[in-house]
Amino acid sequence: MQWSFSGDRPIYAQIVEQITRDIVSGGLIPGERLPSVRDMAREAGVNPNTMQRALAELEREGLVYSQRTSGRFITENKDLTASLKERTAREKTGKFLNEMLSLGYTAEQTAELILNYEGTEENE
Amino acid sequence: MSEYILDCGGVTKRFGYVTALNNVSLRLTPGKIAGLLGPNGSGKTTLIKIINKLLVPDEGAVYINGLRPGTETKKLISYLPDCESVNGNMSVDELIGLFSDFYADFRADTSRAMIDNLGIDPKVKLKTLSKGNREKVRLIMAMSRRAKLYLLDEPIGGVDPAARDYIINSIITNYSPDAAVLISTHLIADVEKILDEVIFIREGSVLLHENADALREREGKSVDAVFREVFRC
Repeated sequence: MQWSFSGDRPIYAQIVEQITRDIVSGGLIPGERLPSVRDMAREAGVNPNTMQRALAELEREGLVYSQRTSGRFITENKDLTASLKERTAREKTGKFLNEMLSLGYTAEQTAELILNYEGTEENE
Repeated sequence: MSEYILDCGGVTKRFGYVTALNNVSLRLTPGKIAGLLGPNGSGKTTLIKIINKLLVPDEGAVYINGLRPGTETKKLISYLPDCESVNGNMSVDELIGLFSDFYADFRADTSRAMIDNLGIDPKVKLKTLSKGNREKVRLIMAMSRRAKLYLLDEPIGGVDPAARDYIINSIITNYSPDAAVLISTHLIADVEKILDEVIFIREGSVLLHENADALREREGKSVDAVFREVFRC
């Protein structure tokens, strides 16, 4: 997993976001076993208590579940990951649309741009 | 036994007319990594030396796991001084032998494995190592003890960013949940990710002692940014 943190927000919240993003994008597979808290903390370069707190939060949200003896796993609840994926997509779309509106495009013009998108000039 | 690994109450230390520590009260619970953060001359090293009984406070008291500093507490504390604390004519092997003799809780195998990982030849004299490697060796020695309280005075001062990452990583990997770690430093950006608690100290007084994420949440800034504001010159 790739971790990157900015210092101006709580680290545990950023861990929750990054793991959530990986679950939604399929980087973490349903039913996959997570490494130990200590290993994850070391990999991310954060305090184990902070990692513990983030995982507890993910467990509370149902994205991760733990089995007493064998560790923590990514949820296999497809409805949950699907709804989360949709929520993330909506958030990103909203953000993008706001930027387009501030450029003076309408939603229809934006949609047309997306449908006819063939890359920017630099990419061609 | 005590619920606090470290409990300092009203500690004051004067050197002549200079008050190095002024009524410092501080408690640490097991499993916590705390950063003792302050500019040069704020009293960080003085406090650490008092906890170690290298200095005696003029007022106040320090308890380590419920005990006053002394022979018994030296068994509980692993101390990394801020200065070169090893004899440069010794080899790493000899240093490991020395630590094994001195400290019942020293894990020689752990230290050897870590030295080996770094690719450092355990037969060469410490003085022939680079400063960064020597600092890593000193940290490995400190973290290879199964201590209750690790006092790390400027563990990342004067080493390059890659060595800092290594040192910080070794700290998270090697402390156990029933131990506490107190790291003094002014290089906050490098350590803040691993801190549970931050303690700001200025001119011998504790300005703030708070959970690191709570501080970020409250201020909307990194610990480093808050520090720069509080200690702006």
